[in-house]
Amino acid sequence: MSDLETFRRETRAWLEANCPPEMRRPMTSESDTYWGGRNAKFSSEPQRVWFERMRDKGWTVPDWPKEYGGGGLSPAEHKVLREEMAAMGARSPLSSFGIWMLGPALLKYGTEAQKKEHLPKIAAGLIRWCQGYSEPNAGSDLASLQTRAESDGDDYIINGQKIWTSYANYADWIFCLVRTDPAAKKHDGISFILFDMSSKGVSTKPILLISGYSPFCETFFDHVRVPKSHVVGQVNRGWDVAKYLLQHERAMISGMGERGVGRPLGQVAADSVGTDEQGRLDDAMLRSQISTFEVDEAALAAAAERAVDLAKAGQSHPAFSSAMKYYGTELNKRRHEILMSAGGIDALEWESDRSRGGARPRAWLRTKANSIEGGTSEVMLGIVSKRILDLPGA
Amino acid sequence: MPLVLTEEQSMLRDSARGLISDKAPVAHLRHLRDSKDETGFSRDLWKAFAEMGFSGLLVPENFGGSGLGFVDAGVVMEEIGRTLMPSPFLSTAVLAVSALSRGGNEAQKSAHLPRIADGSLLAALAIDEGAKHRPLQISLQAVRSGNGFRLNGTKALVVDGHTADLLIVAGRTGGAAGERDGLTLFLVDAKAKGVAIERTVMVDAHNAARIEFSDVEVNADQVLGEVDQGGALLEGVLNIGRGAVASEMVGLSEEVFGRTVTYLKERKQFGKLIGEFQALQHRAAQLYIDIEITRAAVLKALQTLDGDFDHAGAAVSVAKAKAGTTATLAVQEGVQMHGGMGMTDQFDIGFFMKRARVCQELFGDSNYHADQLALMKGY
Repeated sequence: MSDLETFRRETRAWLEANCPPEMRRPMTSESDTYWGGRNAKFSSEPQRVWFERMRDKGWTVPDWPKEYGGGGLSPAEHKVLREEMAAMGARSPLSSFGIWMLGPALLKYGTEAQKKEHLPKIAAGLIRWCQGYSEPNAGSDLASLQTRAESDGDDYIINGQKIWTSYANYADWIFCLVRTDPAAKKHDGISFILFDMSSKGVSTKPILLISGYSPFCETFFDHVRVPKSHVVGQVNRGWDVAKYLLQHERAMISGMGERGVGRPLGQVAADSVGTDEQGRLDDAMLRSQISTFEVDEAALAAAAERAVDLAKAGQSHPAFSSAMKYYGTELNKRRHEILMSAGGIDALEWESDRSRGGARPRAWLRTKANSIEGGTSEVMLGIVSKRILDLPGA
Repeated sequence: MPLVLTEEQSMLRDSARGLISDKAPVAHLRHLRDSKDETGFSRDLWKAFAEMGFSGLLVPENFGGSGLGFVDAGVVMEEIGRTLMPSPFLSTAVLAVSALSRGGNEAQKSAHLPRIADGSLLAALAIDEGAKHRPLQISLQAVRSGNGFRLNGTKALVVDGHTADLLIVAGRTGGAAGERDGLTLFLVDAKAKGVAIERTVMVDAHNAARIEFSDVEVNADQVLGEVDQGGALLEGVLNIGRGAVASEMVGLSEEVFGRTVTYLKERKQFGKLIGEFQALQHRAAQLYIDIEITRAAVLKALQTLDGDFDHAGAAVSVAKAKAGTTATLAVQEGVQMHGGMGMTDQFDIGFFMKRARVCQELFGDSNYHADQLALMKGY
């Protein structure tokens, strides 16, 4: 038996023994996600147990080095773990922008001191991070951002405003893009800096969205003092870090759909639409939409698997995450349009317990942001055409 | 199993590409079409295929082949798709070999497989009867007669039917159209009495035939697999064919796309390269993404056929459905972005459009396979 097969067998046994049954069911509400942080609360005892067991094995971040609180798994072992978790429907024990976005950037660009300071706290779910990228006048044109960081001895003084800061009102720290050289060309005067959200001068204001929820905030900086040692990478070279991090963010967003988890979409639709004598969904046009969707969804799942394998083999294009982000988000929007259509009038209820507080329409509306956040679909197509296809102009 | 080609598979791709791009560029197909070549492919090239080990790629080693897998066959099919090379590879080396090695007894295997591997025997699979691929609707009658059967009926879209020495024919020995039970596969000599073969010249200038069977007598030892139980064998062989044709469509799509992107970087209008226009850039980017996603789905299907054959149905339907829609889009965008040039016969793009249309129909189009996927998933 190969080492990998042994690892698979042992992993499966460990997961069987340690993943509580409650943590093997599809998530149904926001409180099913554990985000960690200074003020974190577990929504249930199984959620706590599952998180702590995975944390103790380093499996909140299975592929990070052990010295930073990770599991030290090889890419092949990490894939086995993901496959085994997916096979039993095990939930992710910890969701975190620290894991998905900041961590990879720190591993590549951070100093040893920065890695030692921040990575173990991310792995252990002690610090919850938010992302300070977009500004009111810097959306798709992110590099035109205007938040200023002015030198003052060993510190910077930061002034400005961010927007669409996900969960800024719950976050402990922020990774933030600031302009450190206003005279340079727009991509050249930006730095990537980390600071505590409880610093004097930081305030947040949630933004009410069409879903009725407020996952995003406006975030204001009024003379926030931050040590210069908190800059990640070189001063004025923050755009390199920002772009690298965006690749990870896009990979994360492209995977946000509930692919392959739970029952097939067609069966979910059958709950409300019904079936004919042969067991076929009793709405031929909807059935055709769903099956076409499921073809694309399965193909995307294969592409996601292949993207990881190509990266391991050193054969992936750095801009490919933009391709996946485009396809994954457009597909997720399609999924939720189908779910709304399948639900019919039942999917229109906004508040009742029967509708779990309007979970379905709210989730549908939430997905409309997928193709905007982290770079719009149009920006993704622009990146693919220029960086991968090498088409001319602009 | 990582979803990338192994080093050996990459080497196989390089050697297939070398041979095919050198000896059979699109001009080769054009020449066969324009000269109304009676064979429809080059026997010399098929000999070269045998010498390279391609014709026996799926033939087990003890029958003179290389005993490789479906991913490897897909690698060759993809290269065939890039130049649209007409070749008995699909009909003989993929479909017939799969039917014989999965359903044949020792005598049948040793009679045919070594001769396929060395390039001396050509075979064709005769399945479809109606306008659309509906394998369970097969109604060609096979009635018991003496110690064998008598066949009556007509087959259409028999790929390489007019050049085949051996026909593998699906007939109904029991049950009614629509039922899986009662299907049986037969090995029929193409020269047998009562077999009338009409070569049908097709839109894509590739080989196909309509074959009429009138009181064709076959012996019991010409039955491939079990009488009445051929449905499962047939479905397995068809899945292999679907994976192979999906690979061909990946190669075809990528080639059309490559040619189109090159054109976007050369053609000037309004004083600009047309590739500078965002309207075209975004469409090109979408097509690129579709092709990459399709490539992953097809490789997944072929790996599943190699590793877990009996559970490959869903992955195969996904691959064939996705490859069909992607190829259809690729050739349409190819013609449109080439403008008027794309409409000319002188330009190669039209050949790809015609072949893509045929590949869609072969062994079930995108609609058929989306429907199959829904049935497999229980809705």
